Amino acid sequence: MQLLEARPTPSNLMRYGAPLMATVLMFITGTILFLALGKNPIVAFEAFFVQPLLSVQGISELLLKASPLILIGLGLSLCYRANVWNIGAEGQLVVGAICGGALAVVLEGSTSPLVLPAMVLVGALGGMAWAAICAFLKTRFGTDETLTSLMLVYVANLLLLFVVNGVLKDPQGMNFPQTIMFGDAALFTPLAEGLRLNTSVFITVVAVFAMWLFSTRSFVGYQMQVSGLAPHAALYAGFSQNRAVWLGMLISGAAAGIAGVAEVAGPIGQLNPSISPGYGFAAIIVAWVGRLNAVGVVLAGSLMALLYIGGESAQVTLQISNSITRLFQGMLLFYLLGADVFVNYRLHRHYRHHRLLGWFGKRSGATT
Amino acid sequence: MTKRLELRNITKRYPSVVANSGINLAVAPGEIHAVLGENGAGKSTLMKIIYGAVQADEGEILWNGKSIEIANPAQARALGIGMVFQHFSLFESLTVVENISLAMDEPFELGKLAVRVKEVSERYGLPLDPSRLVHNLSVGERQRVEIVRCLLQTPKLLILDEPTSVLTPQAVRRLFETLRQLASEGCSLLYISHKLHEIQELCDNATVLRGGKVTGEAKPKQESPASLARMMIGRELPVCEAPPYHGERKPLLEVRNLTLASDDAVGTRLADVSLTVESGEILAIAGISGNGQAELLAALSGEKTVANDAIVLMGKPIGALDAGRRRDLGLTFVPEERLGRGAVPLMSLADNALLTAHRLGFIKTGLIALAKVKEFAERCIERFDVRCGGSSAPAKSLSGGNLQKFIVGREIMLGPKVIVVSQPTWGVDVGASAFIRQNLLDLSRAGVAVLVVSEELEELFEISDRIAVVAQGRLSPGQPKQDTNEEQIGLLMAGMSSAAPKEVAHATA
Repeated sequence: MQLLEARPTPSNLMRYGAPLMATVLMFITGTILFLALGKNPIVAFEAFFVQPLLSVQGISELLLKASPLILIGLGLSLCYRANVWNIGAEGQLVVGAICGGALAVVLEGSTSPLVLPAMVLVGALGGMAWAAICAFLKTRFGTDETLTSLMLVYVANLLLLFVVNGVLKDPQGMNFPQTIMFGDAALFTPLAEGLRLNTSVFITVVAVFAMWLFSTRSFVGYQMQVSGLAPHAALYAGFSQNRAVWLGMLISGAAAGIAGVAEVAGPIGQLNPSISPGYGFAAIIVAWVGRLNAVGVVLAGSLMALLYIGGESAQVTLQISNSITRLFQGMLLFYLLGADVFVNYRLHRHYRHHRLLGWFGKRSGATT
Repeated sequence: MTKRLELRNITKRYPSVVANSGINLAVAPGEIHAVLGENGAGKSTLMKIIYGAVQADEGEILWNGKSIEIANPAQARALGIGMVFQHFSLFESLTVVENISLAMDEPFELGKLAVRVKEVSERYGLPLDPSRLVHNLSVGERQRVEIVRCLLQTPKLLILDEPTSVLTPQAVRRLFETLRQLASEGCSLLYISHKLHEIQELCDNATVLRGGKVTGEAKPKQESPASLARMMIGRELPVCEAPPYHGERKPLLEVRNLTLASDDAVGTRLADVSLTVESGEILAIAGISGNGQAELLAALSGEKTVANDAIVLMGKPIGALDAGRRRDLGLTFVPEERLGRGAVPLMSLADNALLTAHRLGFIKTGLIALAKVKEFAERCIERFDVRCGGSSAPAKSLSGGNLQKFIVGREIMLGPKVIVVSQPTWGVDVGASAFIRQNLLDLSRAGVAVLVVSEELEELFEISDRIAVVAQGRLSPGQPKQDTNEEQIGLLMAGMSSAAPKEVAHATA
């Protein structure tokens, strides 16, 4: 209980230095890991972090992955700033993709330029609706949104299986659980011939600016942050806690839903059971590593995308398992949370002096 | 004669502050020795050093003439040092004897311990039933548990940290009798307080601290309150001025037969509370904390909504409105907890100004007019003499007194018709307290209705026009200050009233 004591004033430099420190620690552990695997760490890191950036193709792939991570990460940051713990962005992404994809299937053959915007809108609404379930349960019954949002991820995945095996299944698809390939009007246009990066990246660019404006200048953003930092102060000021929950959930749900549409109307081009490589979960790390701040989320999202691509590249070059990506992602979050603890706390003096406290001392320490 | 305890040149540094610097202090057996000083003068740190909860960086401690090191509280207790903390550390769901047993260093048998608790408590005039659950005890009784817990170890030195801050005047007198009895049996007492008259009444010697240093040693009975105050705060004790009010008198805030169950399992139910505050007056609500103040304040501020016509602001029922809507109508509120309720600890003072002052036209099309907010915060800082690192300093970097000045200032600058203030000067130093009280007086004389809830009777008698008492969720009628006295208010605080309770509850304050 007294192993750690709060620092009187946590250093601001260290608060922002912590992500950097976590990255360095990740590299050090990575080195040990590669050595243990009998790989030359320099070669390994080159394959992991440098090679993907050496070609236009590589940069395109990086941005293609970074874009949804950043978009979802922005929504989650806003949510977390208000102390609302939506960890089910993955489910909201899937439901958004299902809704947008369903529209593409229904409007098959249409060449209207409105098909794609309509899909984005419907995807956003789908993500919001999925998140709204958690918001309703939280504000009406006080249900913990951490649990409900996570559990709804599994429901969303089953829903996806249900539609691709059922109503939305491609009749000519040899009974594979997938929809038809979407028509051109239902797809984002690639930015250049031969690249997979498409116009959906502009949605993310706009979202970064909007999020920055919302969190630093808007009064609603301020109210949500007060709710997160000091719930009693929000009550005192008359800011509605429920509104913060609803806004946080709906905005992050919409962001995840749009990201889902961008995936199925982008590189994938159809609905199938594996539309997300876990972006909804990885974006939690992005939001956290990015310090819940718009610029930070852009940097963190790019780093996470690099980990994905690097993992694939390392798999090919070094013949090691793709699990290495998850390992690096996990290490990054672990070290960041660890560093955060020591930004705000230090080892208790008595432990530093290897002394044990009397029982009563512990209690009086807590009350005085 | 050998001193019981002697401190020589004690120094303790913290990263941002030197809490104690070269402190010398000596206590003889059977002596009642006062340690006098304002908040932040270093009293608590010094006591923690003696009790072994904190180690000094420099200096020497002598116990019965021998140099010792006190590594932890268990060792302090083994030496015969006991301490009664200002904030109790009792478990509500356990009985008295179970709570006491938790602090025993030696093996014991619960039944025999209960018998000893009863013996000791009776011998020192602190009657206690060992089998009662703590959450049923009054604050005064809880303090008895803490004292009896120390007395069981037959202490040679007992430290008491602001023991009277939660007691009625009658309970204070009973406590003093016990302390004198203890001293006559040879136990030394260290009595920490900032209340001058108590120290004059009880203590043989006093050591005065200011800014972590000893600024004087005195025999309190031979000093005047003014000379003690000079030693304590370095200048004359400031006095508030309460000029008569000549403006129009009309009721601005009314509470009508408010009955309210508490959300908290161990909270207090409000029973049929009625009160009226008029323009130009300060109504004080006295009472020992935990008697319904928190519930009443939440209902008044709008943090808890109630039946709409139970609370009336300038003739308009507002009981069902939230805190923000009530502020729009001219009711402002200064809460007891400054950090986390009155202010967001991690946000800057400018952002904290926005918390309630946003309604002064600081929001344009959903965006915050940052320059205007900054300007407002800076005006508040200047007008209310808030010592801080500017409007961008985070709220938690301010001392309690300065943050309180900022919050009071912010709520006053909203231009209220009615202001409700809880514990205006709790934990605030003497200078800032006088400043805050004077501001509240000035505000009321400008025609604002002011409601102050406080445990400090002296403060209430200094600034209020009428005083009501809350006890066990019931509110006594507000009496003009000149028609009552501390004695009478003390009896009401203890829940003993000459008037029948039914009558009290229905009378309008």
